[in-house]
Amino acid sequence: MYRKKVLTSLAAAATFSMLLSACANQAGPGTTESSGSSSKVNIPAISKVDVPSGAVLPAGDGKGSCPSSTTIAYAGAQTGPNAQLGVNIFNGVQLAVDQHNRANPGCQVQFKKFDTEGDPNKATGPVTQMVSEQDIVGVIGLPFSGESKATGNIFEQKGLVHITPSATNPGLTENGWTTFFRGLGNDAVQGPAAAKFLTGKIGAKKVYLVQDDSDYGIGLGTSTSAGLGSALTGTEKVTTGQKDFSAVISKIMNAKADAVYYAGYYAEGAPFAQQLVGKGFTGTFVGPDGVKDDQFIKQAGDASNNAYFTCPCLPGELIPDFASAYKEISKGAEPGTYSIEGYDAATVLLSGIDAGKQSRADLLAWVKAYDKDGLSKHYKWDAKGELQAPTVYGYKVENGKIVPVGPIG
Amino acid sequence: MLPSLVPLLPTENDWITFDIPSLAQNFWSATFDGLTFGAIYALVALGYTLVYGVLNLINFAHSEVFIVGCYAVFFTLSSLGFGPSAPRLDIWAIILNLLLALVLAMLASAVTAFLLERIAYKPLRKRNAPRLVFLITAIGASFTIQYLIYLWRGPSPELALTMFRPTPIFDVFGTIVDSQQLVIIIAAVIMMVGIDRFISKSRTGRGIRAVAQDPDTATLMGVNKERIIITTFVIGGLLAGAAALFYVMKIPSGVQYSGGFVLGIKAFAAAVLGGIGNVRGALLGGLLLGLIGNYGQILLGNSQWTDVVAFVVLVLVLLLRPEGILGTSLGRSKA
Repeated sequence: MYRKKVLTSLAAAATFSMLLSACANQAGPGTTESSGSSSKVNIPAISKVDVPSGAVLPAGDGKGSCPSSTTIAYAGAQTGPNAQLGVNIFNGVQLAVDQHNRANPGCQVQFKKFDTEGDPNKATGPVTQMVSEQDIVGVIGLPFSGESKATGNIFEQKGLVHITPSATNPGLTENGWTTFFRGLGNDAVQGPAAAKFLTGKIGAKKVYLVQDDSDYGIGLGTSTSAGLGSALTGTEKVTTGQKDFSAVISKIMNAKADAVYYAGYYAEGAPFAQQLVGKGFTGTFVGPDGVKDDQFIKQAGDASNNAYFTCPCLPGELIPDFASAYKEISKGAEPGTYSIEGYDAATVLLSGIDAGKQSRADLLAWVKAYDKDGLSKHYKWDAKGELQAPTVYGYKVENGKIVPVGPIG
Repeated sequence: MLPSLVPLLPTENDWITFDIPSLAQNFWSATFDGLTFGAIYALVALGYTLVYGVLNLINFAHSEVFIVGCYAVFFTLSSLGFGPSAPRLDIWAIILNLLLALVLAMLASAVTAFLLERIAYKPLRKRNAPRLVFLITAIGASFTIQYLIYLWRGPSPELALTMFRPTPIFDVFGTIVDSQQLVIIIAAVIMMVGIDRFISKSRTGRGIRAVAQDPDTATLMGVNKERIIITTFVIGGLLAGAAALFYVMKIPSGVQYSGGFVLGIKAFAAAVLGGIGNVRGALLGGLLLGLIGNYGQILLGNSQWTDVVAFVVLVLVLLLRPEGILGTSLGRSKA
């Protein structure tokens, strides 16, 4: 008898709670929309980018010749919470290798992938295995800053050249590594550009900065807050893998911030944005390259509407030839963040192999002396492995898609 | 050598600072969020405490009983068309959908708890295995279920579903209490009261308390010990399943193979804080742990502090009252 009572009360509790939630839901969309439309900024999208006319392409002159064992490799996330950022890159690399091999019958370069899950703690294993495979003469990776920091010494010891298409922590080139090259601008460039974007084009008066605990998030957070100056109303730290952001959000709401910059990756950025909007935040959410991915939109749902991004990456989807070729590799997906950077980095290595630089030492020397245009930008590195004169682009979410809004610094 | 040590020394920003103005400013929002989490911890903590009361076993696999419930919520709702965006459904459709998810989650968790007991613990009991063996088995079962889910769903969290977009209900000193917090707190409290009355008043509840107090005498008095044990596991599972719905409501991105682990540890800590084996202790412990963690996080200015503060308080309380705040065991409690 008592059991029946308990069941009844459980059911009553549940019904009651559902009623409450449902009332809430009805009122929900209406209120968010009305308050949202009034305060949202809107920066128009751009539809084309300029491509350097003499850009080096992977196909080369078709006369390349190399042993069939010649291999280049990708090391980085294939699975894990931020896997999509890695998938964008290795699809770009795969495209470059395919185009190269099709045009050069005498040089069939193998392509191998090593999965790190994007996790610094898991990256050393696959990278150690990779450097011990003598056929691998050059590497694209690693995509993230934390794992790059954890594995740079392993590459250095074996003299294996690697170009990261996306790791942006400025400190990575301060380790004295001679085999590390960065194929994009670092966060010492992105941070100030983001700050300028937030206070300028977005017109934010009170920016709340939230950074994660990765090397990437910390570095980017520091360089952005320096650029924000007095517009910065508060800084908050979150943890990789964090799921609940209620305390951070209540601080943001109480500070009445009109924009939030999230320095981190989409794995936390998406649920954060979702919970932020769920709590009634009507300002602008801005994320960096680590958040700029379709996965962010997919995971955050309608909370991603009108989000903005900063990224030292070129919108590859606006280069028609590249975009259509990429879609054949990716089963129809548009080029993502850093797809074109991955493609360009692979092109640098492949053109070296075609030029006869087929040992690790020769290919390393080739990259060091490289001075040519790629599809996305000019590639020439300084002694530390930093690229000269990179550009940062702004992006936004429009009708469920990420579209570029032009260079921002 | 010396220069390389310099970065290891704390800089100005690394020292612990107490952000009292921020706590004052965010006090009420921290309170309501803390209570929301506390309610979820408490529902899960009941599972630990009931099983401990009856078997003197810390059922470490209870966190996986909970996460199975989360997956049940996820699969039910996503197959009903819920996604990361707020659903465009009318009131009754959402109520029915969420009720269905609640029922299925409770069922899934209860079945998991039942199977766990039958497969992992009952054979040991039959052979009169020492208590340590139960504990190791519990840890083993926890990892087994966790990695079975990993093999099945991979390492990434599932898509975060929005059940409904919370809306402000009322205002407490300038802090808005939203529908989501209210739903979770009120529903959880009603369930807690229900389970408390069930344990103290019903026949089965009396049986549970009798077995907790003295299994042999209880058996002599005609209580079917095996049935009581299985009922205890199933009740724990039902509550964990309900907690799963509220958890996914609050933290939509939390559905991941390892997602139950930390929550399980916290719920267990809540049970210990209140006095393990004590139903009301689990409720009190859960609510307190939720509140303390949230206050600490805001006071110390960083979400990484939530767990530190919660567990430091746990240690301090146990130093003063090793038996937990309410202390008494399930068997002796009159509650």
